[in-house]
Amino acid sequence: MSLTIPTFSLASIGPWLTLSVAAIAILVWDALSKERPAAVPAVSLAALVIAAVQSLTLLGKKGTDFAGMVYVDGFTALAYLILILGAALTIFLSWRYLEEYGKNLSEYYALLLFATTGMMIMVAGAHLIMIFLGLEVMSIAVYVLAGFLREDLKSNEAAMKYLVLGAFSSAILLFGMALIYGAAGGTLYLNELAKKLAVTKAVTQPLILLGLGLIVVGFGFKVAAVPFHMWTPDVYEGAPTSVTAYMAVAVKAAAVATFLRVLYVSFPGFAADWTWLLWGLAVATMTLGNVVAIAQTNIKRMLAYSSIAHAGYLLVGLVAANQLAAVGILYYLLAYTLMNIGAFAAILLVSRQQDRYLNIYDYCGLGRQHPGLAAAMSVFMFALAGMPPTAGFVGKLYIFAAAVQAGYIWLVILAVMNSLVSVYYYLRITVLMYMRPAEADLGPVSFTPAVTATLAATALAVVLVGIFPGWFYDLAAASVKIFSL
Amino acid sequence: MEYLFYSLAAVALISGALVVFQTHPLRSALWLIVNFFAVAGLYLLAHAEFIAAIQIIVYAGAIMVLFLFVIMLLNLRQPEEELARPRLGLKIAGITVAVLSAVLIGMGLAKVVLKPVTELPVGLGNTESVARLLFTDYLLPFEVTSVLLLVAIVGSVVLAKAKLR
Amino acid sequence: MNMPLLILLTALKITVILVVFLTAIAYTVLMERKVLGFIQLRYGPNRVGPWGLLQPLADLVKLLFKEDFTPPMVNKVLFIMAPMITAITAFLPFAVIPFASQILPDTITVYGQTLDLKAAGLNQGVIADVNVGILYVFAMSSLAVYGAVLGGWASNSKYSLLGGLRLSAQMVSYELALGLSIIGVLMLAGSLSLVKIVEAQKNLWFIFLQPLGFIIFMIAAFAECARTPFDLIECENELVAGYQTEYSSMKWALFMLGEYCHIIVASALATTLFLGGWQGPVLPPIVWFVLKTFVLVFVFIWVRGTYPRFRFDQLMYLGWKVLLPLALLNILVTGVVILFLG
Repeated sequence: MSLTIPTFSLASIGPWLTLSVAAIAILVWDALSKERPAAVPAVSLAALVIAAVQSLTLLGKKGTDFAGMVYVDGFTALAYLILILGAALTIFLSWRYLEEYGKNLSEYYALLLFATTGMMIMVAGAHLIMIFLGLEVMSIAVYVLAGFLREDLKSNEAAMKYLVLGAFSSAILLFGMALIYGAAGGTLYLNELAKKLAVTKAVTQPLILLGLGLIVVGFGFKVAAVPFHMWTPDVYEGAPTSVTAYMAVAVKAAAVATFLRVLYVSFPGFAADWTWLLWGLAVATMTLGNVVAIAQTNIKRMLAYSSIAHAGYLLVGLVAANQLAAVGILYYLLAYTLMNIGAFAAILLVSRQQDRYLNIYDYCGLGRQHPGLAAAMSVFMFALAGMPPTAGFVGKLYIFAAAVQAGYIWLVILAVMNSLVSVYYYLRITVLMYMRPAEADLGPVSFTPAVTATLAATALAVVLVGIFPGWFYDLAAASVKIFSL
Repeated sequence: MEYLFYSLAAVALISGALVVFQTHPLRSALWLIVNFFAVAGLYLLAHAEFIAAIQIIVYAGAIMVLFLFVIMLLNLRQPEEELARPRLGLKIAGITVAVLSAVLIGMGLAKVVLKPVTELPVGLGNTESVARLLFTDYLLPFEVTSVLLLVAIVGSVVLAKAKLR
Repeated sequence: MNMPLLILLTALKITVILVVFLTAIAYTVLMERKVLGFIQLRYGPNRVGPWGLLQPLADLVKLLFKEDFTPPMVNKVLFIMAPMITAITAFLPFAVIPFASQILPDTITVYGQTLDLKAAGLNQGVIADVNVGILYVFAMSSLAVYGAVLGGWASNSKYSLLGGLRLSAQMVSYELALGLSIIGVLMLAGSLSLVKIVEAQKNLWFIFLQPLGFIIFMIAAFAECARTPFDLIECENELVAGYQTEYSSMKWALFMLGEYCHIIVASALATTLFLGGWQGPVLPPIVWFVLKTFVLVFVFIWVRGTYPRFRFDQLMYLGWKVLLPLALLNILVTGVVILFLG
């Protein structure tokens, strides 16, 4: 009985291999050494750098590998790079912060690398099973990371809520995939689904719609779209701040990129059905996120609602469903990664020790005491609000332009109105920093090199990427050619 | 065969519903085991002996035992404590969603034209077919599953180990 | 083809096998008491019948006429179901274990009708030749734990509950080692059917190719049967009688029946997987099978008479940190050897 194993090239999954092998190596290294190995963050960063180089080599490619299980193309590579950037910046924020809790453990970095691997598996998945497996690798690692501060009640609460609701949403997603499998007559390959569904559409329309709806719910949960956002504020508030930053940028980026591929590759024939659904989700998500964020006084909760609102803007891009929208989403993910991680770096610094100062009124008078920190924070707030000349502005510009191009004028009007609402709560932080005197002396800010460097680098990058968006636009535009939109 | 299928399907559906409607977690778990058996029976009818056996070994024999284990440990102090009954609004919402999904699925299934299933190649049992798929088309997902399990193990150790350094 | 007659014959075959099997269980109990008596320098039962040979019958009569007491505060349904589950899941695995090559001719003529026994599989020395036989055995034995767990919980007594919990932890842990220990055999035989596995040992018993697998299998089987040295679930000095504490009369007898049934099935399975099953020279196959099985049953009793009990943490350590890695190593080595030699 002979068995022909299909030919494959390990290079097509090089970044996954690097990260997962590095994670396993870290675990073994930690287990074998008497002292806690101090170089683990550096090793993790090195692995991420190698993975980034490997991703760069995939940029120009086009096609699938491993018997059609993974995509090897520019879109995947760009998504990899954004995810790697998010993970690397998170590591820069992590070790000092974890040190404060006495929790700077090797397992944290291993799990972070595993989560990133899972995200990569997800965005490269060319088969719904791959996507589901990647989603689970990512989710399980992130559940644990959210509860990493075991002695902290809020961290426990965050992990518990995320786990229970996350498992539920995974089940819903899986059920949707199962229905699609049946409705398409037995295939789960993204490329084939579109063709098969077009054939069986006349017969299995209700099944397809229900399956698609469940898939939307599953992804909606991961990107924190309203009404599947209930977990977001509590989990973002309770999770360790570095993990919150990671969840806000990387989990969202992975879910959005995958969602985009699934919709554009497998369900273009049902665009009429999912666009109005996502239209509604986008409006609800933007509006609820922005309006509720105004009422928040805890900065982590405020950014949680802000992250919901940003999920809404990304959904606007998904609705638009054209080349410009795909480019816009990629660009927006990059911009969002930079500005959100930057904002969390500033939060880490301001909160001093062990998340002590997270109230927005703790930012009063920061402009006078620490002008550099306040300036950087202002840059991030401007960027999150979508003001020129930052990357946040250009991202919104692309996405809204794409929506106009696709003819969703009302959606864009609502989105712009939402952006205006968001200006209020973002700029309130700036106002507090510069216009209000400090209410009490909160003690000195300890500018650790890693966090300070992250802060400076992201602030600079947010502005530079905003002023010179062209190079990324070209890369992204070339990479999204694979979607026949 | 057809009667067997319908009776197993009925058992699966009824026990599945009972899992949800029980107020005591232990009884829910027991009905879930019944459900697993009915589904295993359905697999057998589809000539998927391997999947049926694995369903019993893994789900009924291992996972549900751990469920019972946890339920029993948690119930040590208050064995009579029952789950809180859901609110009326939630009940109505749940039933509405269930009925609507059933109608949608039913509408989809009603129109499907039944085709005879392609038989497995001669000399290849169900086990061999599964193995063949795992090492050819599904090679990568199979390996990724091992990563998934590793992450789950590391995660549970991180959360549960008495003393991490 | 005469369907009703075939069904009748099948039922007859199953009944005969079941009766023989039950008798074997009864006499295993006697054998255990005799052998333990021998090891401990005493006589063992010798009053009922010559050499105590009618003792099992006496025990049965005693158990049947004892008061069947159901304590108050128990969960009635589960309390009654638990012993049944134990007994049934203990019996069922025997359905796929081949005890002989062929016990009936291919065709027989009854009242002028020719019955094709071969087509119905009735001539075989096994009740059902299932193509995933070994998985079926594992499925059934993995369910055996429910009897103890539910019995322990339904009894509403702390000793019973602790006994049930201990057993579930023990069985789930050792099931892994048990399952992994036979993978080597499956790789060599290339089949999951027990009949085919026996046929594959025509020239060489697998115990010579899989010595490590056999040792792990036997140790894990001891733990799965909850026999000394792994009988922590009913260790008298801590838990009275574990999950059986609240049971009496025939319900208790069903638990005991299950326990001895497990021993015989484990021995028969080890015979089938490692000792060449019913194959052997000169003597008829069924004799070889019974002989090999009872040698292993004797080992079970011998060990009970020899070794003290493990502590619970030692039990877990052995299962997870010794047997499991060894079983994996065994698979690896087997795979490498097959790759290069065969």
